[in-house]
Amino acid sequence: MTAPALANAALDETAVALPSQEPARVARDSRPLRLITCGSVDDGKSTLIGRLLWDTKAVKEDQAASLQRDSKGKQNDLGLPDFALLLDGLQAEREQGITIDVAYRYFSTDKRSFIVADTPGHEQYTRNMATGASTADLAVLLVDARVGLLEQTRRHATIATLMGIKQFVLAVNKIDLTDYDRSRFEQISHEFKELALSLGVRQVTAIPVSALKGENVVYDGRASMPWYEGPTLIEVLELATTRSAQTVGFRLPVQRVSRPGESFRGYQGTVAGGSVKPGDSVVILPSGMVANVTKIVTFDLVRNAAVAGDAITLVLDRQVDVSRGDMIAAIDSQPMTGLAFDAQLVALQAEGIQPGKRYWLKSGSRRQRVQVQPISQLDLKSGKWNHADELPMNAIGKVHLAFDEQAIFDAYEQNRTTGAFILIDPDTNNTVAGGMITAKRAAIGGIHTEDSRVILSLPADLADQLMATEIFANRREDAEVRRVTAAKAIEIVDAIDE
Amino acid sequence: MPHIHPETELHNPQSTKPPLDPHLKALENEAIHIFREVAAEFERPVMLYSIGKDSSVLLHLARKAFYPGRVPFPLLHVDTGWKFREMIAFRDEMVEKYDLDLVAHTNPRGAAENVTPFSHGSALYTDIMKTEALRQALDAGQYDAAFGGARRDEEASRAKERIYSFRTPDHRWDPRNQRPELWNVYNGMIRKGESVRAFPLSNWTEVDIWRYIQAEEIPIVPLYFAKKRPIVERDGMMILAEDPRLELLPGEAKREEVIRFRTLGCFPLTGAIRSNATTLDDIISELETATVSERQGRAIDRDQAGSMEKKKREGYF
Ligand SMILES: Nc1nc2c(ncn2[C@@H]2O[C@H](COP(=O)(O)OP(=O)(O)OP(=O)(O)O)[C@@H](O)[C@H]2O)c(=O)[nH]1
Ligand SMILES: [Mg+2]
Repeated sequence: MTAPALANAALDETAVALPSQEPARVARDSRPLRLITCGSVDDGKSTLIGRLLWDTKAVKEDQAASLQRDSKGKQNDLGLPDFALLLDGLQAEREQGITIDVAYRYFSTDKRSFIVADTPGHEQYTRNMATGASTADLAVLLVDARVGLLEQTRRHATIATLMGIKQFVLAVNKIDLTDYDRSRFEQISHEFKELALSLGVRQVTAIPVSALKGENVVYDGRASMPWYEGPTLIEVLELATTRSAQTVGFRLPVQRVSRPGESFRGYQGTVAGGSVKPGDSVVILPSGMVANVTKIVTFDLVRNAAVAGDAITLVLDRQVDVSRGDMIAAIDSQPMTGLAFDAQLVALQAEGIQPGKRYWLKSGSRRQRVQVQPISQLDLKSGKWNHADELPMNAIGKVHLAFDEQAIFDAYEQNRTTGAFILIDPDTNNTVAGGMITAKRAAIGGIHTEDSRVILSLPADLADQLMATEIFANRREDAEVRRVTAAKAIEIVDAIDE
Repeated sequence: MPHIHPETELHNPQSTKPPLDPHLKALENEAIHIFREVAAEFERPVMLYSIGKDSSVLLHLARKAFYPGRVPFPLLHVDTGWKFREMIAFRDEMVEKYDLDLVAHTNPRGAAENVTPFSHGSALYTDIMKTEALRQALDAGQYDAAFGGARRDEEASRAKERIYSFRTPDHRWDPRNQRPELWNVYNGMIRKGESVRAFPLSNWTEVDIWRYIQAEEIPIVPLYFAKKRPIVERDGMMILAEDPRLELLPGEAKREEVIRFRTLGCFPLTGAIRSNATTLDDIISELETATVSERQGRAIDRDQAGSMEKKKREGYF
């Protein structure tokens, strides 16, 4: 609440008359922050979220009583309840003591509200981690302080980055089991920051945490870790930013055509980018026909504009052929249309991704046939992209997509809605991959046809900054990087000039 | 960072409502998106209508999603025969007022075998009169998609459920093998006989529901508001004592209390709470300081640990 209002005597009466109009506990002047916990199995993700819910008083008395009851026999040495049970709600999860599928939970502080997805660490359930990551604004990556970074930690960090998450919290958990070892914390933080840099992530906050004891989660852990002066987890979450509004032009994937009577024809969908107002000129894709917007219809408001995220009904000034799966877009800032695209994807099912197999691709409201050609697979240990003809389950790969009919996309980097897609196996109807468009390809041959290259010689700090950008990270496999002394660099460049 | 409210909404002169705050607006947009997607992708959708507060919000969102058209699917009410009287009256009023198609179904075994919450116990009664009845109604209508008003914050197994929740031809949910669900790209591909349950309110909390009801002036059953009503205490619950079928057990006595209901179901299985909340403002502030969760008053959730998951696997909503 704003303080000046309270000081104003004239407003005092109103404040008394409307006691519960504005509950002080929850701020709703913004969208909730969506976050995930991720990291390797048993690192304490569910315990951390359980603790977060507990300490923000999101656990009600009856739920606390069931927790105490369910924790019987599973009590840890500290006599604390098993907070993970607040999240692991499936029978199989409770029996095995692991998380299998994402749990979504909701909580708030007096500063903002949060939607948290607790994802499984087990490699077998990577698909469920990807499910949680796709909509998140921020990732809390957990590491067991005794163990350090594992391959699964790298996998989750990579998937989260691919899916557009730019803010990371590294929670170095179970710090209580290392005797609050500062050097251990610093070593792991350092190691992770190297990884983050190679992924193009710049926003990382590392926090030493005991999820079980609740240190540096909501309450600070100064008593046991006087050496740590940074923020608690909740402080970082309160200051994080939600996904910024997308800057590309207006996009409306058409979900359905509304024709309640002869006199009305409206196109219904959720604005996936930019904004629109009556009078705007738009193009209908893939047909390429042009029209002007006459009205934006919603249930109870006369609207003079709509922005990304709004579910609307659009009326155009002329009879044009528009159907489900088409895209209505700004005429002066159109998405890419074509028959061939480059993409990155995560293979989510046991069958992997087979070369040449025809899948269904769904993006927005558009579903069409596609042939997928795997190109390379990311080696999580080395961070290198290796040539690959097929992608096994949980692989992160680069692929070529070939369509029979025009496809419509933006690059994922530019638009997290019109650049995203899923692949559906026509044999099982299951979702087998989540993908992100990187670029459009010329129908024949690659995009990098003229084989010219540039060699840069840069000071190390400048090179690090450049390599931390998204543009660079996305094409990392196209670049050769060598670290040499300044003298050696001069020698090499001179050799070229000769 | 303060949110900058986009100057995109002009007031409808007929409406006295201020625009929604960004939090509720985002939830509303998501729900409308889901409604439209399901209506476009499936051949025979239906909306489960249980007459409670969540169903009232669901119905309101459906009307918004398809405006200016009609709601393009029927509402299905699984009537156990033991609902509160005021619920049925309210249902009929809504159907009339909003020109809706209603399908009401009661499991014929109820009358044939005289299945009641008293004679069969809450677990078996729920199996037959709710779960089995729902399966019968879905099969009879050959519905391939059914909207429900479930929220993830209600219960731990619900917190795990997808927005498009896949069901086998015998309506089973397999929580260990849910389809991945990325972004807001929903996979609606099914074979004949299979179906999807769709949950547009997945990301809403109980407080969101009430704040939205208030902001949008959505009608709800009056039982949600506190009033002096006849009750009887049984198994630690206060049960409404207005239906002649409720027989008093030895030692029980009817009395009047100022009470209201936080959730509505079958009256013999739904506990009232003591409350003086007679307005939406009262309810919201009561909720924000509440120390127990909303499902506490429901007998069916207390029968056994993991009971909700078990019921859901069997086809319950
Ligand atoms: N001592 C100590 N134990 C912890 C801490 N955090 C978690 N644990 C314990 O570690 C074990 C695993 O915790 P979970 O929260 O289930 O781990 P998880 O990362 O959610 O595991 P998956 O979801 O299966 O990948 C439990 O026994 C916890 O009690 C901590 O900070 N200190
Ligand atoms: Mg877990």
